[in-house]
Amino acid sequence: MTFEEILAISPYSLEKNEKYRLLTSRLTELTRLHRQNCPEYARILTSIGYNSDEILDYKQIPFLPVRLFKELSLRSVPKEDVVKTMTSSGTTGQAVSHIYLDKYTSSNQQKTMVKIVSEFIGSSRVPMIILDCPSVVKNRIMFSARGAGILGFSIFGSNKIYALDDSMKLNVEKISEFLEKYRGQKILLFGFTFMVWQHFYKELLRLKQDGITFDLSEGILIHGGGWKKLVNEAVSQGEFYSKLNEVCGIRKIHDYYGMVEQTGCIYMQCECGHLHASIFSDVITRRPIDFSECEVGEKGIIQVVSTIPESYPGHSLLTEDEGIILGEDDCACGRKGKYFKVVGRIENAEIRGCSDTYAAKFN
Amino acid sequence: MQKSGGAVTHMQQSLINLEEMEALDDIIFLVGSAEIINKMPFIQSRIPFDDDVMSFLNEVSKEIMSIKETRQYADVVTLAFWLRKASLMKLKERFHKQSSNLHLGKGLAFHIAPSNVPVNYAYSLVTGLLMGNVNIVRVPSKDFPQVRLINRAINKCLDKHERVRQYVCLIRYERSSKLNDLLSSIADIRIVWGGDATIAELRKSPLKPRASEITFADRYSLAVIDSDKYLELENKDRIAEDFYNDTYLTDQNACTSPRMVIWMGEQKKKAKDIFWAELHKVISKKYEYRTIQGVNKLTSSYLLAVMNEGVKIENTIDNLIVRVNIPNVSANLMDLKDNSGFFMEYDCDNIMELRNLCDDARCQTIGYIGNSNVFMPLLESGIKGVDRIVPIGNTMDFDLIWDGYNLYDRMTREIVIDAM
Repeated sequence: MTFEEILAISPYSLEKNEKYRLLTSRLTELTRLHRQNCPEYARILTSIGYNSDEILDYKQIPFLPVRLFKELSLRSVPKEDVVKTMTSSGTTGQAVSHIYLDKYTSSNQQKTMVKIVSEFIGSSRVPMIILDCPSVVKNRIMFSARGAGILGFSIFGSNKIYALDDSMKLNVEKISEFLEKYRGQKILLFGFTFMVWQHFYKELLRLKQDGITFDLSEGILIHGGGWKKLVNEAVSQGEFYSKLNEVCGIRKIHDYYGMVEQTGCIYMQCECGHLHASIFSDVITRRPIDFSECEVGEKGIIQVVSTIPESYPGHSLLTEDEGIILGEDDCACGRKGKYFKVVGRIENAEIRGCSDTYAAKFN
Repeated sequence: MQKSGGAVTHMQQSLINLEEMEALDDIIFLVGSAEIINKMPFIQSRIPFDDDVMSFLNEVSKEIMSIKETRQYADVVTLAFWLRKASLMKLKERFHKQSSNLHLGKGLAFHIAPSNVPVNYAYSLVTGLLMGNVNIVRVPSKDFPQVRLINRAINKCLDKHERVRQYVCLIRYERSSKLNDLLSSIADIRIVWGGDATIAELRKSPLKPRASEITFADRYSLAVIDSDKYLELENKDRIAEDFYNDTYLTDQNACTSPRMVIWMGEQKKKAKDIFWAELHKVISKKYEYRTIQGVNKLTSSYLLAVMNEGVKIENTIDNLIVRVNIPNVSANLMDLKDNSGFFMEYDCDNIMELRNLCDDARCQTIGYIGNSNVFMPLLESGIKGVDRIVPIGNTMDFDLIWDGYNLYDRMTREIVIDAM
């Protein structure tokens, strides 16, 4: 099955069996392709005695832990064909992932993203406010997750402005003008969860006290990047939504789950508050003890599969997130496919041993 | 717990100036005080295995054993056992050499214990005391119950052994190069645990010209099992317990924990099947497995596979034990070592195949099942590594010869007294 054929299908239209058939066909093909073209991947498959004849189901395809992309340069295309290298936004001091994209994979990421997001905001472009600063996308050769996210979503904007200047200050005048110009129209807002809270919400709250308010009741906010930083501020998702609504009247807010290692295949949050897998990808939760598949409702490590990656062997990955599959094909929003929630990052255990972290504290 | 501070007498008799005294304010004293530290440079050294010290330690042993809570902590029980009079007397017999020369403690010993092994600091302290030194020990920053328990016993026994009181300060402090500098400047010997990074940090603080240093750097250890011998042995469950204690008990992350299991003899396959199955039983019962360990071990096994051709990842029933068969061994494999139940395995026909692996100063302990004579050709080939060859189950047993150092010699000085 080629990717073009998959692109022709509506993103949330397939029932379980049809989707499984599609995924199994495409993902075994991608496994073969990467084994042939990525020597490192081939060694991994050999080391576990992988035999493609034994694969009856895409869930049996090996998954690479995402950290492998931090330790190794994994490519399935010649260096010359790489047009973009995406990097994860690791915490300071940590190694970052390197994801190598050729033209084809990069373009399929974008097409997939358009198909998925259009299901939520409609297929025509709309005026867009990016809740970030312009400098974050300046370096085009090395994309950070934030930059990649912004550029990815920018294709939905007919006219775009950045809400923040490079010193992270809210540009009140520019936003007022913009909202005035598109009064009564649907407006897309996009940003990373923490940035939205820290530099948008908090500023709006302050301005409100000074009597300055914005009307974003026609806005659709899409935000992602996880709740890790907001946990420190003790802000729950419900609170995040209700406070934003209070301060600017916004009603449609969608979180999404996605990662730089599988750009394009994002998991959008529906009107019922559930993250959804489209036909382009899937989530499988796995038990920590033996990586067997979890039941619906059981917490496990999130594995993600994607039908897109051809330039790097990232079609089946074990993330460092934990999540719960809530159901399949029967979400009240009407979309088919699995729906789930992300619980958070796997806890980083403190390992005993003689060699310790004392010195690290000096950095 | 008592914070230092306040007026200090004997200022005229102190090496520490006023400004430095203020630095002591950042120290938390678990045993001892700033006043004691201030006097320490002037306290007399003792001869090794001095009676006061021996009777004090024996009492600490008794005190620890009398605390009910102790039974929960195998590491504390082992320590108390080691501190018994009979055990210390055995050490004395082994090390107290009969000669006209006199040994004396070096003077002030400044110990930096690893922050994530609860009981190690106590062994360091006891060794320093036994050798006749005055001791300042930086204990783990983490509040381990074992540390509290041991310190409670020490404090209680010090009340009855006033003559030992001046010899012990157990302290905690947060990042402070100032305190590292200060304590290093008054030390006659510095004992640094905690690996390469900690050593590098402490080396920024100069020692006195005549002072010396013992450093416990990052090491790796191995297990060598003679499959035929193993299959002959009766108590395979006991062996599994022993191996568990060598490895999982410290998340397989102590310098003594075997990272690789090397199989010798004729019945490797059969021995492996039984060995790992027995071990799995013990782990399932005792080990607190954490999700991230499974993810890390999968990552490590794939990294090994990518970096080395011909690697075979064994299909184990779950993530408690991850085994990776390696076709050729060399020391640089250890750059890819992992912990918490991650084992490289190698089928070995001739002990000399391990030469490269052991010819590395980082190689520390070989735990074995079989005959220790097997190792002689390897050792005699002049390798740079391997400091201990001990039966499986004993890799963690502390001794005054540790990590290649004879601590008796290192922590004392020898006064030559020649006859006329």
